[in-house]
Amino acid sequence: MIDFFNEMYDAGGVRPPYAKLRDWMDTMPAELRSLKQAEAEALFRRIGITFAVYGEGGDPDRLIPFDMFPRVFAHAEWRRLERGIKQRARALNAFLADVYDRGEIVRAGRIPKRLVYLNEAYEKAVAGIRPPKGVYSHIVGIDLVRTGPDEFYVLEDNCRTPSGVSYMLENREIMMRMFPDLFGANRIEPVDSYPSLLRRTLASVAPEKCPGDPTVVILTPGHFNSAYYEHSFLADLMGVELVEGQDLFVEGEHVWMRTTRGPERVDVIYRRIDDPFLDPLCFRPDSMLGVPGLMDVYRAGGVAIASAPGAGVADDKAIYCYVPEMVRFYLGEEPILENVPTWQCAKPDELKHVLANLPELVVKEVHGSGGYGMLVGPKASKEQIEAFRAKLTEQPHNYIAQPTLALSTVPTFVEEGVAPRHVDLRPYCLVGERIELVPGGLTRVALTEGSLVVNSSQGGGVKDTWVMAE
Amino acid sequence: MKIQVDHLTRYHYDQPVRGVVQSHRLTPSRCTGQRVVRWDVSVSGGIKGGGFRDGAGDWVQAWTVTGPVSEIAVQVRGEVSTTDQSGVLRGHRETIPSVAWLRATSPTRADAALTELAQSATGDALTLAHALADAVADAIAYRPGATHAHTTAAEALALGEGVCQDHAHALIACARVRDMPARYVSGYLFADAQGNDHEAAHAWAEVWVDGLGWIGFDPANRCCPDDRYIRLGAGSDARAAAPIRGIARGSGVESLEVTVAVEAVQQ
Repeated sequence: MIDFFNEMYDAGGVRPPYAKLRDWMDTMPAELRSLKQAEAEALFRRIGITFAVYGEGGDPDRLIPFDMFPRVFAHAEWRRLERGIKQRARALNAFLADVYDRGEIVRAGRIPKRLVYLNEAYEKAVAGIRPPKGVYSHIVGIDLVRTGPDEFYVLEDNCRTPSGVSYMLENREIMMRMFPDLFGANRIEPVDSYPSLLRRTLASVAPEKCPGDPTVVILTPGHFNSAYYEHSFLADLMGVELVEGQDLFVEGEHVWMRTTRGPERVDVIYRRIDDPFLDPLCFRPDSMLGVPGLMDVYRAGGVAIASAPGAGVADDKAIYCYVPEMVRFYLGEEPILENVPTWQCAKPDELKHVLANLPELVVKEVHGSGGYGMLVGPKASKEQIEAFRAKLTEQPHNYIAQPTLALSTVPTFVEEGVAPRHVDLRPYCLVGERIELVPGGLTRVALTEGSLVVNSSQGGGVKDTWVMAE
Repeated sequence: MKIQVDHLTRYHYDQPVRGVVQSHRLTPSRCTGQRVVRWDVSVSGGIKGGGFRDGAGDWVQAWTVTGPVSEIAVQVRGEVSTTDQSGVLRGHRETIPSVAWLRATSPTRADAALTELAQSATGDALTLAHALADAVADAIAYRPGATHAHTTAAEALALGEGVCQDHAHALIACARVRDMPARYVSGYLFADAQGNDHEAAHAWAEVWVDGLGWIGFDPANRCCPDDRYIRLGAGSDARAAAPIRGIARGSGVESLEVTVAVEAVQQ
């Protein structure tokens, strides 16, 4: 039986950051609890935050369950995480700047060249183009799990347009509204500066060709997109326009936005549209979502795009294995956050190991997401394991395998009261002229007893994430 | 030799469009054996946008035309002094590493027949590249009108007929089957009196040979580019390497008229 790290209790009793939550939990009458839970749900419904996290698909109007029991980090724990996250965000950006320029890391033989240059996310169209301030990934979402007091692992990096930050903000908002006393009793670092930091980050990468106060917009694919709520929410909080492709056009050396006062120059585009749809002139010619000519303006330095087109080559599952190497190569530092040991089934030796140890491993599709199409060995039936054995033998290239991580647990409200449930964490690191990280992130929780899958499509929920002040 | 180019592309819209955006790869490459004497590109009613050198080393120039407009003329006039480099691309700076040109695109994807054609050739890298170009020339006869702009390499081979675009796509597909990076090149060709009947706005392929670099092959003319060729730019396929890419805003239906005159300047 695997021993799971409980973030609230250890051998010595209640861990300090959770001390005051214990009284809160113990003294809360059952009626009040169900009342508050209903209130939280009503609040979420009213603000309309029902989109699917991380583009998992599924029913777009489904409400993701919110658990009122917060997840808490001690100040010192967070400072270490913060250093690790910022370090990783710097290394990922250095990698992107390098592979679209001279490719020193490839020349040095530290990462296989075909893995980089034949990657679907490597965009020839932006090679040799240096984006403003040399930044490619302006919002880096790093998915973390914890397995012990000091053990954290990075599950994956998200360098394109990581979603879910609106949950981080809304979860806090709702907790503060429902339990103001908790925020008096505990000194919790605020997260509400995120929108202004995001705005500042985006403004800081405005191209040199754009003098004056830069105009920032959010480019959305439209209201049918599962994260549209988040797009409009962030636009509101930042005080910037939310636009669709048809609201923008290219003329001369700039991108312009149609407004009732006439065309207004746009300097920075925070796009929530994937690369292939950005510009039909450069990428998919059938795309109706993008702006014709946008890429030429971008490449000639007339507009900034966040994240930069081509940034996806840094967060591919196959590239992931080399991120610690990037930290060493570009920063000359040892990685503060570890990767999960990963076996690449495409390599015959590693496949052999994986096949021999299937009941203990987690097997994932290389290009899969949302917790679909994966095998959790210890939880799987004999039939499921045999079915995966067949798939792996047939198409080893499609799979990677990792040890089953003993994900930490946090107390969670369940039918019977309070019980430990497994969690992960996605903090959102901002990279512009400076690197910023709001103290917190999105905690996802596997609500089913014993489940290690936190994805909302597989019965996952969300929690408010606290970082205690010093 | 000295080559003079006069290239006019006229776009006509049956209803006025609200605006046009174009991306041009219409400037001769900066490489050994090719020197621009004069070169001018103009777009009627156009506003010159930004320009930049892309990762393949080509100069890309953006243009926009503000509507309503129902006709646009893109005029290229220039003169280039050339010397024969036996098809080898020299003195050309680019960022994209050769290996990145191994990725197939839909018009250059090899099917079973292209794979078989590619496997039929033998020899060391350079010999192999020549053999592949010959095999493509043998398998696809030059016949204008047999194919269209969206014909894939596989379709052209199945048909056994095509134009320079199809030859280039097929050679790219075959080279990649043999793990040789390859790409599409667009440019101009001066055809003398003995020359084949082909368009002066021409296209061919470049294949990467380790130790030598990029080497041009023109299966349509069964040769490597020499001093009759002017190189404009490269891309993964015809669409990516197109000298002019454009999109009009509005519902007008576009028709196109192209005239190209490529002539030798009397010395």
